[in-house]
Amino acid sequence: MNSETRSREFYVLAIFFALFVLFLYGPLSAILILSFQGPNGGLTFPLNGVSVHWFINLFQTQAVGDFGGSFRRSLMLGLMVMVVTVVVSLLAGLAFRRKFAGATALFYLSVASLVVPSIVISLGIGVLFQQIGLQPAWYSSGFGAHLTWTLPFGVLIMFAIFNRFSPAYEEAARDLGATPWQTFAHVVLPIIAPSLIGVGLFGFTLSYDEFARTLMTAGTYNTLPLEIYGMTTNVTTPVLYALGTVTTVFSFLVIAGTLGLIVGMSRRRNQG
Amino acid sequence: MATVRFLGVGEPKPKRVIKLPSWLPAYLQALPLTLILGGFLLLPILMISVVSFWDYDFAQMYPDFVTFNYTETLGSWVTWKTYLNTLKFAFIVWAITLFIGFWVAYFLAFHIRTSSMQMVLFLVCTVPFLTSNIIRMISWIPVLGRNGLINNTLVGAGIIPQPIEWLLYSDFAVVLAMVHLYTLFMVTPIFNTMMRIDKSLMEAARDAGASGWQTLTNVIIPLAKPGMAIGTIFVVTLVMADFSTVQVMSGGQSASVALMMKNQMSLLQYPAAAANAVVLLIIVLMMVAAILRVVDIRKEL
Repeated sequence: MNSETRSREFYVLAIFFALFVLFLYGPLSAILILSFQGPNGGLTFPLNGVSVHWFINLFQTQAVGDFGGSFRRSLMLGLMVMVVTVVVSLLAGLAFRRKFAGATALFYLSVASLVVPSIVISLGIGVLFQQIGLQPAWYSSGFGAHLTWTLPFGVLIMFAIFNRFSPAYEEAARDLGATPWQTFAHVVLPIIAPSLIGVGLFGFTLSYDEFARTLMTAGTYNTLPLEIYGMTTNVTTPVLYALGTVTTVFSFLVIAGTLGLIVGMSRRRNQG
Repeated sequence: MATVRFLGVGEPKPKRVIKLPSWLPAYLQALPLTLILGGFLLLPILMISVVSFWDYDFAQMYPDFVTFNYTETLGSWVTWKTYLNTLKFAFIVWAITLFIGFWVAYFLAFHIRTSSMQMVLFLVCTVPFLTSNIIRMISWIPVLGRNGLINNTLVGAGIIPQPIEWLLYSDFAVVLAMVHLYTLFMVTPIFNTMMRIDKSLMEAARDAGASGWQTLTNVIIPLAKPGMAIGTIFVVTLVMADFSTVQVMSGGQSASVALMMKNQMSLLQYPAAAANAVVLLIIVLMMVAAILRVVDIRKEL
């Protein structure tokens, strides 16, 4: 490579990239700092003292609607969506490796699930439940609504993984006398395990943060994003930022934990 | 799958006589996905199309076949303005995210040399997108507000005499927040296609005397087009469906189709919202179909 022209382009783009990262993280750090606002401080800078007043405030039930309950529901829903997304995407990924009637239609249905406006799905499921006489709830209609968002991601990721998956490993296993189940459990699954964890992470975080699809489908009890969305219009104290900090830190922990798991797994495999 | 027989192994043992036909597993594996998407995507959309022809009053809807839900919404000047406004947001956000996404992906793919560093920087870009959209949206308020970070800094430095009012609760704020929320959906697919461009093609271009700019326009951009198309699908559909960013960041001063639908829903005017949903869905699907003519997604995964 021509190092002279490269270096100038490199520095311009490096600055551009750094600005992009600042753009991504800057506002987030603003609410992180402001959540430690003093008891008399407001929604904007400057900091009026430093305290954990608003974090304490957050856990007193009267300050925010139902933080504990909505957090538990979102966590539970996220875990349910995660498990189903991983299993169903894996099965669909395996199915797409062979030819079956309707494969193309099913593939495009998954793509459609990604592009159909979320509020349309929300409205549709809400009205559907109403018409067949079912009470919408986060664990039924909300659960299904979230799956229409997480599954296409899972399916597309599995599709991409199996596109690059060499059938030689399975042939070798079969030649050595492994049954189809043994081939799957001892050969295919360990190879794709890190990607499956990635799909799980996607499933969980997308569900944990989703709210357009939950809007009409959550029923009586709110999920955490709905609770926060409601707060944006009627809460005027930094407790909103404290909530933002807590949920963001939780998301970061989940992401870091998952990445650690993936790195650990691939390191162990490289050693083994 | 299980039909391979090994030399010397002989006939399969009798306990494995219950053998599934070889075509069956694929259908069984595809079944859960089909059921979920059928029940929670196809059926609801079907339901919406039906309900959009129903009659309603302040309390409930009545099965009927009326077309005034469509004629009312399409005959109204406000609706057309709202659709145009939504398309305007989609176009501006698309152009900005494409620009940022392309150069970020280009930097990561061609200027970072070790793949571990590439992964680290890519994750740095990805992590915020896995956190709450609403939190990321409201995090702009202390930055852009009348007494926010930017205004205070500018006034304090004596650059402007008084705070700029249009930073928050304006179309500017809506576009900024949308770019903030959706750029990764452009970065990822472009980065993905760029990583698959054979580096020797660029060397060949350079050896043949192409300038950096010529390499970019004649080699990289054409080869990265599928990624740009997929990113475009994501960004355009997300912006077309957005109501929360428009509502929060414009402070109620701007409108989008989805926000109009949401307001109709909160007034229990489901058939009217359903008619809008059908129109919005048709527009979005037409846009996606147009983009899919440029790119075959199955090949790009």
